[in-house]
Amino acid sequence: MTSLSRDDVANLARLARIEMSDEELVNLSNEFTVILDAVARVQEVAGADVQPTSHPLPLRNVFRPDVVVDSLTPEEALSGAPAQEESRFRVPQILGEE
Amino acid sequence: MIRNSAAEMAAKLNAGDITSVELTQLHLDRIAAVDTDVHAFLYVNNEGALAQAAEVDAKRAAGEKMSPLAGVPLALKDVMTQKGVPTTCGSKILEGWRPPYDSTVVKNLKNNGIVILGKTNMDEFAMGSSTENSAYGPTHNPWDLSRIPGGSGGGSSAALAAFEAPLAIGTDTGGSIRQPAAVTGTVGVKPTYGGVSRFGLVAFSSSLDQAGPCARTVLDAALLHEAIAGHDPKDSTSINAPVPQVVAAAKSGDVKGMKIGVVKELNGDGYQSGVRTRFEESLELLAAAGAEIVEVSAPNFEYALAAYYLIAPSECSSNLARFDAMRYGLRVGDVDGASAESVMNLTREVGFGREVKRRIILGTYALSSGYYDAYYGSAQKVRTLITQDFNNAFEKCDVMVSPTCPTTAFKIGEKSNDPIAMYLNDIATIPVNMAGIGGMSLPAGLAPEDSLPVGFQIMAPAMKDERMYLVGAALEAALLSKWGAPLLSQIPALAGK
Repeated sequence: MTSLSRDDVANLARLARIEMSDEELVNLSNEFTVILDAVARVQEVAGADVQPTSHPLPLRNVFRPDVVVDSLTPEEALSGAPAQEESRFRVPQILGEE
Repeated sequence: MIRNSAAEMAAKLNAGDITSVELTQLHLDRIAAVDTDVHAFLYVNNEGALAQAAEVDAKRAAGEKMSPLAGVPLALKDVMTQKGVPTTCGSKILEGWRPPYDSTVVKNLKNNGIVILGKTNMDEFAMGSSTENSAYGPTHNPWDLSRIPGGSGGGSSAALAAFEAPLAIGTDTGGSIRQPAAVTGTVGVKPTYGGVSRFGLVAFSSSLDQAGPCARTVLDAALLHEAIAGHDPKDSTSINAPVPQVVAAAKSGDVKGMKIGVVKELNGDGYQSGVRTRFEESLELLAAAGAEIVEVSAPNFEYALAAYYLIAPSECSSNLARFDAMRYGLRVGDVDGASAESVMNLTREVGFGREVKRRIILGTYALSSGYYDAYYGSAQKVRTLITQDFNNAFEKCDVMVSPTCPTTAFKIGEKSNDPIAMYLNDIATIPVNMAGIGGMSLPAGLAPEDSLPVGFQIMAPAMKDERMYLVGAALEAALLSKWGAPLLSQIPALAGK
């Protein structure tokens, strides 16, 4: 039986950049005991001799010819921006003060 | 008129019996009358649809060569971008967003003159089996408004069953086209992975997502399939090969000598008795049509659900990182001095629903250092085993079949607090996505105990999509002659306005 504590879930939520209330953390922690039990079944048959599959198609390095094609105008690219300034996305502060 | 098939509507448009503007208006009127009850649509594009229809009518009047479905209306799942038209994916985080570009599927629809009526409801970011996870409220099954229409593409399937549109687009990551088709008595096809471009399809699980046609008949699905499929340089996983001849197959329906493999593991315990009754009956009809029924075994399918609920959340935890409140969509907490990180945290808290958060956290865990091999790595190995099961079985048969879902439509709210019970809806549809092959669901009748639709699933090897249409057309024809009228003729009338 695998379980995740409230603090484990809080750490995952921090990594995933989702603010969560204490109630949400506790609920998820309870649900995960059941969900992890169910999904852990994959370990029953995943022997060392089995190759993993990451994708259904055996494709490698798909390129197109390097030619200029139509793309979005700056106005179109910015059309959904929550905030913009001088034809650029305006974002909150990314670096610290120091 | 709105109860006709898309092929019949196209014939009437060609004969000049009706214009596309008139046909489009009939469907917009129907939506206005019944969609307050059904809630299949998140956005109805009255003006845009009529403008597109007028354009098609003008081209036809000018004697231009028209594609087979030109002028026929369609409902588009809200996971596909359409330039200038709101695209939410059923999520608050994209509320009000109008994409600046068309998805390739939409581009193909427009090039074929197919009129897009509006955007249909779905589980948020296609995560769910009931549309109850939509941030904009659930869609109701037209067979019984207290029941779910399936998911994630419940809006598309409900629109078809409610005669709000004769055609729809769905996307299928673990059954989101086929399961809604099954529980609404409609047809849904997940093409071979890579058969239809994913450009402009908002990504959930990139190695599993596949767009496909939804319709009320097998031929209509085939016509739509050919309209949207084909290689696209904008999708690096798009298959560069000719589109399978699905329309010819749907018109033929000849299954003489075909070997149909019944999957031993996708039947029996856990499947509702009426589902089994209709499934067995369909097998008898296919045998009578000249097919040979054989039993095949796929011992690793029982691990598919567990593997899916590791792979899909893992890929989604990465794909949904793009919703960072910086370039489009919702932004919360952007006050003076707030850091980008705190704005991201607050936006994603408010913008994502419960199921989406659950899967992002699960995926983050499955991919985290120390657990990667035990969870995501093991799930990838199961994926190999499932593909091997399919390969072995297809040595003994041309297509594989099973019930599409273990049960008929359940009540809204019945399973929303039990994620594991909800995930079990997809037990028979998920293996197809894991292997990247094609799957179809078509109506097999009503379960005697609850008078609700049952779906019959057909699975074909990669890029042999035409085989699903051969078998589907054969079964549809046999059932039609048995019933005397399409299954949807038995649907209760909607009161409407």
